[in-house]
Amino acid sequence: MSETAVKTYTRADFSSDQSVRWCPGCGDYAVLAQTQKVFPDLGVAKENFVFISGIGCSSRFPYYMDTFGFHTIHGRATAIASGVKLSNPDLSVWVVTGDGDGLSIGGNHTIHLLRRNLDINVMLFNNRIYGLTKGQYSPTSEAGKVTKSTPFGSLDRPFNPSTLAMGANSTFVARTIDKETKHMQEMIKRAYGHKGTSFLEIYQNCNIFNDGAFAPLTDKGTKSDKVLRLENGQPMIFGVERTKGIRLDGNTPVVVDIGDKWSLDDVLVHDESDYVIASLLSNLTYQHDFPDPIGVIYAIDAPTYEDLMVDQINAAIEMKGAESVQKMLNAGDTWVVE
Amino acid sequence: MSKTTQKVDEVVIRFAGDSGDGMQLTGGRFTETTAIVGNDLSTLPDFPAEIRAPAGSLAGVSAFQIKFSSKDIHTPGDEPDILVAMNPAALKVHQKEIRPGGTIICNANAFSAKNLKLAGYESNPLEDGTLDDYYTLYSIEMGKIVGLACEDMGLPSKTIDRTKNFFALGLLFWIYDRPRQSTKDWLKVKFGKRPELVESNIRALDAGYNYGETTEIFTTRYTVDKASLPPGTYRNVVGNYALSLGLAAAAEKSGLELFYGGYPITPASDILHALASWKHLGIKTFQAEDEIAGVASAIGAAFAGNLGITATSGPGVALKGEALGLAIIAELPLVIINVQRGGPSTGLPTKTEQSDLLQAMYGRNGEAPMPVIASATPGDCFYVAYEACRIAVKYMTPVMILTDGYLANGSEPWQVPELDKLKPFDVKFADKEQLADGQFLPYLRRKDTLARPWGIPGTEGLEHRIGGIEKEDVTGNVSYDPDNHHHMVETRAKKVDTIAQEFGPTDIFGDVSGDLLILSWGGTKGSCLSATESLQADGKKVSHVHLRWVHPFPNDLGEILIKFKNILIPEINFGQLIKMIRAEYLVDAKGLNQVRGKPISSSDIQQAAKDLIG
Repeated sequence: MSETAVKTYTRADFSSDQSVRWCPGCGDYAVLAQTQKVFPDLGVAKENFVFISGIGCSSRFPYYMDTFGFHTIHGRATAIASGVKLSNPDLSVWVVTGDGDGLSIGGNHTIHLLRRNLDINVMLFNNRIYGLTKGQYSPTSEAGKVTKSTPFGSLDRPFNPSTLAMGANSTFVARTIDKETKHMQEMIKRAYGHKGTSFLEIYQNCNIFNDGAFAPLTDKGTKSDKVLRLENGQPMIFGVERTKGIRLDGNTPVVVDIGDKWSLDDVLVHDESDYVIASLLSNLTYQHDFPDPIGVIYAIDAPTYEDLMVDQINAAIEMKGAESVQKMLNAGDTWVVE
Repeated sequence: MSKTTQKVDEVVIRFAGDSGDGMQLTGGRFTETTAIVGNDLSTLPDFPAEIRAPAGSLAGVSAFQIKFSSKDIHTPGDEPDILVAMNPAALKVHQKEIRPGGTIICNANAFSAKNLKLAGYESNPLEDGTLDDYYTLYSIEMGKIVGLACEDMGLPSKTIDRTKNFFALGLLFWIYDRPRQSTKDWLKVKFGKRPELVESNIRALDAGYNYGETTEIFTTRYTVDKASLPPGTYRNVVGNYALSLGLAAAAEKSGLELFYGGYPITPASDILHALASWKHLGIKTFQAEDEIAGVASAIGAAFAGNLGITATSGPGVALKGEALGLAIIAELPLVIINVQRGGPSTGLPTKTEQSDLLQAMYGRNGEAPMPVIASATPGDCFYVAYEACRIAVKYMTPVMILTDGYLANGSEPWQVPELDKLKPFDVKFADKEQLADGQFLPYLRRKDTLARPWGIPGTEGLEHRIGGIEKEDVTGNVSYDPDNHHHMVETRAKKVDTIAQEFGPTDIFGDVSGDLLILSWGGTKGSCLSATESLQADGKKVSHVHLRWVHPFPNDLGEILIKFKNILIPEINFGQLIKMIRAEYLVDAKGLNQVRGKPISSSDIQQAAKDLIG
């Protein structure tokens, strides 16, 4: 991407003239604000940003960013974004999606984008509920969830977005929380900086249909015990006094108290490039005895699809020479009628 | 002994055998050679959906028909003059369609007790005399002869047996006096790394040719003079390949990069294959995870300024429906190709049908008008593809191309197009010049085409948002205003109707008025034209009009229709164009409708015409 002579922008440069129509108190506002704060610092010419979304509350996001934007159809944002990126690899392409749009109706496109590793940034707003259709359970809602469509409790077992992403051969998996604004800014920057598909899950509170879904992770009294802040190369410790840690007992993670029996040296050290650690971390969600990890769970370098595609095209041109279609029309067994 | 040579105007040959017998390849070689010889020709491959149905079974029969002529022909022929049947199943499936008095050439070695039983024969038809009253039967031990021809090569007998299709080809080359050299050259390229296969197949080819030359069984050779085609350079072309070339030509002429997103589906996959092999043209192909992602990626490409293309068949169009609505409301250029096949559901994947016209017209939610253009012949697929791309960009609209399995896999001699002579295809993206008070207005339309500007990401000052929610005209902002919605629905429809200004006066084959007008669209053109020629030769007052664009209709169509006492619309469906014609023009058109997985024959059309006008 050309980063020469990029203008200096402010947050206001990224606010469109459309009034924001999310419910007052919605977690989406925080994501929009952090994105608009971070974007001026990315060194990208504004016209090179493109936001693609599907359907859902989060998918209104592009209307509020003063960048190129395309609010498309349910579940297909990642597929449409793939076409955008392959058409013009110089663009900085962002997908905004949700747990319904990106994991239910669009689950197929999400996993295939992740495995192909196009340099696209996916922000998945996970509020564990369907908001726009007014409160049905989603693929990330906890089992037994009572909603309008499941008055006796949902029978579905939820899945875990980051585990899905790991299973899809992602090269970048991270998580943040709507109320952790500074952390979110950092994660948006990391997602942008990753060359390849970055999958950023954002825990986002739907204060209308699923209020408090992440309260233990955001309330002052509990969050120290319920959130594990991942930092590359650092031991996985948490708790008010930072005296709890994650230790591996064989292949099983356990929570230990650092003190008499266990020392800091016994605690697992985060390594973003370690597939096993990342898989293990991605699985801690929905387990009540464990804190939810936030931060970069996994990040590795791998060739992007668009680079490989351009390489193939260039190699073919080098081998055969850039050709006119006329030559191909004239090729094969031809004969002349006089 | 002396052999006589007889001149004939046209011949229809059908090669039929087991899926593993190489009948498509044999037909393909005969076609290429026939093209080089200078005959006009038309082909109809007919193969099963199963890749390898059980050997010898009726389900596994694969066939290839070619008609070639010294005259200008329009169809692959109705009834074969010659059937080459490589096994009992092939004979069983195709025997009833041979012209009475026609010729059957069989590979006697395949008529084993087991194969006869698989084909459902109680006795061997080559020996029990059942065929002799109706046909000239040649029972030849092809397997045995190629075995002898390759005896000293030390090859496994199975490998040698697989050359018997080239024996049949060689024999047919002798009967119809065609050269062998191009096939030998082709074999050398095809099996370049396996010289023993080049050698064994050439020996089989020569053995077949010499069999005709030396045995006393065949006494007559036939010659078919060159067809008098318009001067120019010709090649033989298959529909899907011509279509792919048309897309590539559109990209080159417009200067747009071509992005193809699609998912493999019979009978459209060869378009993906062709484009994927043309990387040196800068063409990008993306095999998506499903049909929806195929069209979605193409829409993304169109949004970003590429020529977005997707191809599929009917079931794929069903899946793409919602996305097509998005392309319509977003008013983005996009070309969707439907290579139609038998339906519904999986239907007849390898057989032809024209039953997706109404799907193309109406298969979306809401008022979602889309221009529809249909190819008439394999070679026409090139021009249709080019025209669809040109119109899509000029009018900022998705365009649907309808071809079908017959056009996609069929072939014909084709005058090589010259890019310089195609209509100009200029593209101008919106830029800062078009800002109004510093603002880009994505739905500010041109007056002549109603097209909106194409403002692509990466263009400074043009940052804007579009989407699937109804938009305010001019600004493109989300709007739920009732009058605006009415206006936008009307405008999108009007824009598509405006495309009719591109068409010249409709060609009428025959008089401008008369007893009967045969009206066709798509791949039935050839049969309708042939039927019309015959009827006119009989002195009937019959004319033919073919529709290239099915939506919008040509502006002069209504005036043409009312000048005929009767209208006949032959279609390989249960009456689709006819519904549109009757609804639009309130004329009492009659249909000829068959869905048998193959083209409607010219003779059936003639009969239907006679039933109408006597």
